[in-house]
Amino acid sequence: MKARGLFTRSALILGLVFLYLPIVSMMVFSFNNSRLVTVWDAAHSPTLKWYVALLSNEQILRAAWLSIRIALISASAAVVLGTLAGMALARLGAFRGRMLLAGMTAAPIVMPEVITGLSLLLLFVATEQLIGWPKGVGAVTITLAHITFCMAYVTVVVQSRLAGFDEALEEAAMDLGARPAGVFFRITLPLILPAIASGWLLAFTLSWDDLVITQFVAGPGSSTLPMVIFSKVRFGVTPDVNALATIMVLLVATGIAISTVWMRARQRRRARDLQLAAAANL
Amino acid sequence: MVAGIPTLWLLVLFLIPFIIVFRISFSEVRLAIPPYTPLLSWRHGAPLLQLHWSAYRFLFTDALYVSSYLYSLKVAAVSTLCCLAVGYPMAYAIARSDAAMRPVLLMLIVLPFWTSFLLRVYAWIGLLKNNGVINNALMYLGVIHHPLALLQTDFAVYIGIVYSYLPFMILPLYANLEKHDGTLLEAAADLGARPVRAFVRVTLPQSFAGIVAGSLLVFIPAVGEYVIPTLLGRTDQIMIGRVLSDEFFENRDWPVASAVAIVILLLLVVPIMLFQRLERRQLEAAK
Repeated sequence: MKARGLFTRSALILGLVFLYLPIVSMMVFSFNNSRLVTVWDAAHSPTLKWYVALLSNEQILRAAWLSIRIALISASAAVVLGTLAGMALARLGAFRGRMLLAGMTAAPIVMPEVITGLSLLLLFVATEQLIGWPKGVGAVTITLAHITFCMAYVTVVVQSRLAGFDEALEEAAMDLGARPAGVFFRITLPLILPAIASGWLLAFTLSWDDLVITQFVAGPGSSTLPMVIFSKVRFGVTPDVNALATIMVLLVATGIAISTVWMRARQRRRARDLQLAAAANL
Repeated sequence: MVAGIPTLWLLVLFLIPFIIVFRISFSEVRLAIPPYTPLLSWRHGAPLLQLHWSAYRFLFTDALYVSSYLYSLKVAAVSTLCCLAVGYPMAYAIARSDAAMRPVLLMLIVLPFWTSFLLRVYAWIGLLKNNGVINNALMYLGVIHHPLALLQTDFAVYIGIVYSYLPFMILPLYANLEKHDGTLLEAAADLGARPVRAFVRVTLPQSFAGIVAGSLLVFIPAVGEYVIPTLLGRTDQIMIGRVLSDEFFENRDWPVASAVAIVILLLLVVPIMLFQRLERRQLEAAK
């Protein structure tokens, strides 16, 4: 038993090193003075010059701003559509078109991105011919594409959360005379709020990060941040991308740390409330 | 209405696009806008249906396409096996660690997933290059005297895929291994089974569902992977995701690009259906 514990434990540690080594190396070399990226120039490092170069690179800043706007809108719309779909699948029972909806929400998750991208672009080309809309591809078509693949993920998250708690709560509210909208906003929504929040974050990240689908439905003048990064790194390593990666990793780490602390506090509060309730019943 | 709005959205932006791809794959390329022939046309007042198989014929006769399909399947299969070999012990170690440590370890596994996929793949260029971190370290240690060609090889693609998809392998495996009943292993030990034997006869069969789910989650996207082979892979042998993209953007051959998409789907239809069945069963079990 001991030996196996040792084996799996060292596998875990090595695996974590494997996961974090590239990220750490990128962060370290973002402070390197040399243009040769992977050769540490000890005499003139650490330096912040790549951060300065990054923040004065208008192309990157413009692309980042576009990506943020697209991700905000896509995540918000995907949450609304995904919550509706998740509700329908978890609560409506065997309605007509259930199979269709279940299939269409599950499929985009496993669909190769090149296919999703190609099919969406061909759709936009076809509708432009038929009804004259959209006039060319750009930020609008990117957003529509992102909403579509993001909502599939939100649906899964919301649906599994709804499957995890008892329908009796909603039925009780209904029995006490609450109308469907009231039940949704006072009972269901608060219960699935954590799922909706994590669905939104997931959707935001996926939209912010997507390259392949975006490339198909983007037009001239609508380059998102991943597109700019991809065209830069395709032909080699550039130090300012290291700086960008470091900033993004730090932002994400801070966000995750804050949300973990918040969730812990919430759990602790709930545990205390339960204890108080139990004490009051004695 | 709850079901209607998302259904309508997905019909328009998911199902119909698909039908369009299917349709265009039976057209022929032409110099016009749009650059393909119509399937239905009117001739002498009667509808005429013209199905062209040329795009598909092209795919199955040109050696470049056939080899890129086989190559993609091979890369995806090898990467999935590597991912399993790396991920299984990790998932096992997490499932067997203290209950208080598990959320922390899981977060460490998932955290890289929240940072940009593109940048994480890019990081490997810096590590694998001729004058990259790994070669420099090995030369400094005196293990090698000339840099190894690591970048633009199959090896680099395997590393990139294992690295990017490892969380998708570990999470379903962990979810499965965590539920195992430890007393079964004790019983096996009491009956004289040595740890390795107990693992092979008790733990491994029980974790089969987790292995299948994790492997499908890696294999399916790996077949159509575009970014990893483009940044890290060989230049003389491309994968099908790249073939599709090149046909569309470089050659502007929409029918062939559409036919490539249809063939990728045909390759993936069995794994995708397997995966959806597993998912459904899990959702039902959660109820």
